[in-house]
Amino acid sequence: MAVELQTPPSSGVVPIPTGKSLRRVALAGNPNAGKTTLFNALTGMRQKVGNYPGVTVEKKEGRCTLTPGEEVLLLDLPGTYSLSPKSPDEEVARDVLLGLREDTPPPDAVVIVLDASNLERNLYLATQILELGIPSIIALNMNDVAENSGKSVDAHELSLALGAPVVPLIAVKGEGVPQLKARLLAQLDTPQLPALELPETLEHARSTLADALSTPLSGKRSLEGARGVALRLLASEVQARTVGEIYGSNAAGTLAEMRADKHLAPLAVGASEAAARYAMLNPLVERVVQHHAGEASKSFTDRADAILTHKFWGLVIFGLITLLVFQAIFSWASYPMEFVNQAIALLGDGTRKVLPDGSLEDLLVDGVIAGVGSVIIFLPQILILFFFIGLLEDTGYMARAAFIMDRLMGKVGLHGRAFIPLMSSFACAIPGIMATRTISSRNDRMTTIMIAPLMACSARLPVYYLMIAAFIPNLRLWGFSFNLPVFGERYLGLTLPTVVIFSLYALGIIVAMAMAWVFKKTLFSGPQPALMLELPPYKIPGWRNVLVTMWDRGSQFLKRAGTVILAISIVLWFMLSYPKIDRAAVENVPTISPASGIRPGPGNAPPVLNEPSAEEAETDRENRLAAMQQENSFAGRIGHVLEPAIAPLGFNWKIGVGLIGAMAAREVFVATMGTVYAVGDADETSQSLKDQMKNDRWPDGTPVWTTLTAISLMVYFVIAMQCISTLAVVKRETNSWKWPLFMQVYLTALAWVAAFLVFQGGKLFGWG
Amino acid sequence: MSRTLDSLQPGDSGVVKALDCDPEAAHRLMEMGLLPGTPIKVVRYAPLGDPIEIMMRGYHLSLRKAEAAGILIEAAGE
Repeated sequence: MAVELQTPPSSGVVPIPTGKSLRRVALAGNPNAGKTTLFNALTGMRQKVGNYPGVTVEKKEGRCTLTPGEEVLLLDLPGTYSLSPKSPDEEVARDVLLGLREDTPPPDAVVIVLDASNLERNLYLATQILELGIPSIIALNMNDVAENSGKSVDAHELSLALGAPVVPLIAVKGEGVPQLKARLLAQLDTPQLPALELPETLEHARSTLADALSTPLSGKRSLEGARGVALRLLASEVQARTVGEIYGSNAAGTLAEMRADKHLAPLAVGASEAAARYAMLNPLVERVVQHHAGEASKSFTDRADAILTHKFWGLVIFGLITLLVFQAIFSWASYPMEFVNQAIALLGDGTRKVLPDGSLEDLLVDGVIAGVGSVIIFLPQILILFFFIGLLEDTGYMARAAFIMDRLMGKVGLHGRAFIPLMSSFACAIPGIMATRTISSRNDRMTTIMIAPLMACSARLPVYYLMIAAFIPNLRLWGFSFNLPVFGERYLGLTLPTVVIFSLYALGIIVAMAMAWVFKKTLFSGPQPALMLELPPYKIPGWRNVLVTMWDRGSQFLKRAGTVILAISIVLWFMLSYPKIDRAAVENVPTISPASGIRPGPGNAPPVLNEPSAEEAETDRENRLAAMQQENSFAGRIGHVLEPAIAPLGFNWKIGVGLIGAMAAREVFVATMGTVYAVGDADETSQSLKDQMKNDRWPDGTPVWTTLTAISLMVYFVIAMQCISTLAVVKRETNSWKWPLFMQVYLTALAWVAAFLVFQGGKLFGWG
Repeated sequence: MSRTLDSLQPGDSGVVKALDCDPEAAHRLMEMGLLPGTPIKVVRYAPLGDPIEIMMRGYHLSLRKAEAAGILIEAAGE
């Protein structure tokens, strides 16, 4: 496609710093304008994602080779609708452009990405940026989408009107990108945008403040730029003191004086600015945009939305898509996860063969290798979720999902965008919590993170299955049975186990919604931010974008959370394995387990106990030693210490040890139970584990495990925070240990209370 | 005659007369292009009844009914 570069006649040049340090170019634009697609196209995989210090806003930087030997540093600013920020993300964008951030110097040039199909609103931000006097290029993106809606933008006219070069692009196809790079290589002048006409008082204030700014800004910005910066300062809540630090006391003093005038309060200034700016933009856009098809012609987006947001079909399709994503995370991920488990087991076995027996071998195999395995196991679920999120976001459907769900989410004070993260948490809270980045309101985001673990994650299921198989009778409640050839009798209907599992899921959701309501009223309260959700036109997804997102999230997880998870799982292993008992000194290890079974005697003789084979006896002895070892370990001792605290819930010290083991991962509870009951390697189907549990007794002879105990334990698992990996991810997402700690404490306390009520309440009713 | 945006039905169009809501929200709405004098059209209500999707300045924006209740519209054809 032949692309013409449009450049206006130049004047008012500000020299761009040359020399050893790389030129810094910022990418700015509305959300949904394709800024990130362009960023990915320009930087490829050479991206670095971090955090802006002090806020939980992502900092995305990358290197772009304009031509061999010429590189620039690209900074992808958060998408924003205006430089009068209404969220931490938008604040960062403004602060960087105004040079108000200590950690990020103002850019040497800006590429402003515009959505050609939505020009007027996109130009609102664009003209604000152009007024700042930074050398700028307009990247006119999504021309194909504009064409599809019957519009075309005259790039030449636009460039004349804005006083800056315009490069037409279709970023998702890579079209126009070489031309953009070429333009960045060439000399860039400051924009020649005519100043915005403002009402008299505001105009006077702007000029006065601009004069006070012109000295500190000279050399860095043009004179026009000083006026743009002045308007931004007047329209914002930036502290006069911060202004003083960057722009000097003269500017700070002038600004403080003006703030005293209530006509110049930031919101009043903002309102005047908005009216003035759109009054300027409307005729500009009419000159620059031509409409081909009549307004009446329906675009693809209109026709698609008629179905996708239809009262009935919209909901049905939404339900199906939700189910698909859930199924993908829940069951498709299980294949690569199984593969990871096998690989780790093989690696562990191989290492055992190579290394001599001893502590080092144990540390490497059970500590490090198992720990690494427990990190990598999450990768399939994370990659799959972010594949779908990337796809849904890129096509534009994600906005529709938020649109559909907003009423439901709004009932507990949450935003429609909270639905996908919460729904994903049903499979695993970790990718769910990572997905909360799309929620721009900090209060909403924190609330969603704090309740995500209450969505019954898949790791709880082995615990539920064990409890149900052992202690919940398989009663048929409602349905019918029929005889199938070959398969025999089959039952189709509601059984008690199904009802129990469903109730547990429901309990989690109810508690989550209740806690969301509580948080929004207390800890994370604040005015409910307005929805103002844009519904962008549907687009073909950029596959490179989707893959980059997947890769990005996956590697972030490994680097940040992975190290924490590995460290803590080694600590847990240590607690469960040390101090070691002296095996040789142990004498009284009974060799016959009562559950060996019986067989009928010969003839009419009474039944006799099966004699265990030598192999069985040896395995049994090993299992008992392992159980003694565990009881002697730090975890075992802590279990004993904990017993008084958990006895009111119906739990004894063995269950206490299980709860400690479950901190690494909930499903580890089952394996830990296996060890503590001397059954060896057990999973939730192990009959011998179930038998041993049923035989366990309190000192007074009453059974430890009853149906009520099982229910109490399951209720505890519904609510309790038992997953260091989740804590590590929360730490990464909130940039502090305060919140994971709070989450751990509040959920454990809530779980204790719930299990207490269930167990004691049950005993009151005589179920104990 | 003036009506509030949340009283309009899908297909109705009109011109914004005034924004009578929280100043922060009003400011952002204005920056998004919803100013007195702006023509708008109601596209649909979400399947669960809220929020409302409107068309203005060539793009689609959705607002909660509670937010729309503060937006006064001069409805077309009245």
